[in-house]
Amino acid sequence: MIRVILPPNLRTLAHIEGEVELQLNGTLTQRSLLDAVEAKYPMLRGTMRDQVTQVRRPMVRFFACGEDLSHESPDAPLPHAIANGAEPFLIIGAIAGG
Amino acid sequence: MSNVRVLVGTRKGAFILTSDGARKRWKVSGPHFAGWEIYHIKGSPVNPDRIYASQTSAWFGQIIQRSDDGGKTWNTPGSSPEELQSSDGMPKAESNKFVYDASPETGKPITTHQWYDGTQHPWEFKRVWHLEPSLYDPDHVYAGVEDAAIFESKDGGKSWQELAGLRGSDTGPKWQPGAGGMCLHTILLDPKDPQRIYIAISAAGAFRTEDGGKTWKPINRGLHSQYIPDPNAEVGHCVHRIAMHPSRPNTLFMQKHWDVMRSDDAGGSWHEVSGNLPSDFGFPIDVHAHEPETIYVVPIKSDSEHYPPSGRLRVYRSRTGGNDWEALTKGLPQRNCYVNVLRDAMSVDSLEPCGIYFGTTGGQVYASVDAGDKWKSIVRDLPAVLSVEVQTVQ
Repeated sequence: MIRVILPPNLRTLAHIEGEVELQLNGTLTQRSLLDAVEAKYPMLRGTMRDQVTQVRRPMVRFFACGEDLSHESPDAPLPHAIANGAEPFLIIGAIAGG
Repeated sequence: MSNVRVLVGTRKGAFILTSDGARKRWKVSGPHFAGWEIYHIKGSPVNPDRIYASQTSAWFGQIIQRSDDGGKTWNTPGSSPEELQSSDGMPKAESNKFVYDASPETGKPITTHQWYDGTQHPWEFKRVWHLEPSLYDPDHVYAGVEDAAIFESKDGGKSWQELAGLRGSDTGPKWQPGAGGMCLHTILLDPKDPQRIYIAISAAGAFRTEDGGKTWKPINRGLHSQYIPDPNAEVGHCVHRIAMHPSRPNTLFMQKHWDVMRSDDAGGSWHEVSGNLPSDFGFPIDVHAHEPETIYVVPIKSDSEHYPPSGRLRVYRSRTGGNDWEALTKGLPQRNCYVNVLRDAMSVDSLEPCGIYFGTTGGQVYASVDAGDKWKSIVRDLPAVLSVEVQTVQ
């Protein structure tokens, strides 16, 4: 089971607590993972990626396995540890401000 | 007996204050949408239980929220399971999709505007500043957005289409952002003419349509702004707010960056009515519910000192449609007060006597139940207040 941790504001928006769990087939990528999150929680469309261009919003980051994957290609395969659920995929609201 | 519902948008959520018609005891609910900026929250005049809210975040973008039960529960329009089925299997979920119209069919799309350095800059959607529900249909609502444009939804906020004729008017490339961004913050619907709408943009000015939003013309003649190269230019004026009494839709009142202005010909020409105000800088302006010549402003010291002159929070009332102003101070802090009152943070109820309400960047919401003679803080220590709207409900 793929595990996704959303930032608190998006958990509130989607009316969920704790981790999101996804069951996906095929090669796991940022795009397929985010598509699945948005399909399950449609109110999140546009909050992580632009509604039209699908480009990551500037102050949203994607972390996994201790790495910042925000600048990776959305179609690059995600680490095996994410695909098998050993590690969660973290969607982060970037630290900004004082 | 009528009740009053005050809808308060703040930097960190929405609050709903309710009272009976006496307006003495208030119940506070919230924060709704905790942690998000609520730029505006406003109910439909046709169905007061239908309320729209603009929920935004620099991190996560724009969300439109809708309540159909007077603010008890909320949803993102179109997000129920049965509404989400589309042919490709992906949810539509387009209630937060604001895309500028670049089609050749609808007007003359403008793709750039003036930027701070004098170059042209593409329009980029940032947020919804103002939601104005239709006077006739609770599913029809207008949205004023940054970068400045007007959108409408005819399906209760599920989807949005730009009224592109506004940006497509000849002046679009001359518009430029003010310090708060290039926002369309005021939408006034003429109750006597469904085809006429007024809007205002910082920093472009005021505009009017006579055909329901297809075509627009600037209505800024008489405005004088020293901060632009031609003080009398057709556009470029930093209009902060416009107000209108529904019984007299040809008479408009304006709080500009500096100057309080008045028009008696639907914006065709303006003249200054600042009169004896201690400062004619400010943000909100509003009109008494039953007296079309009684208007209210909150003078602010200057464009860099966004607080009341002398640290005294004073609402000024004119019973003569401007020029002659009286300070209203009873119940308002008269020393060491350095809050601001933002452009959408004042509203009136329709009870008798008329209630006046405003919120501050210090988190207080003040109310007067006698048209401004005396004031009382009905809630305090909220996050900075961005908007205040009032509903009179049964």
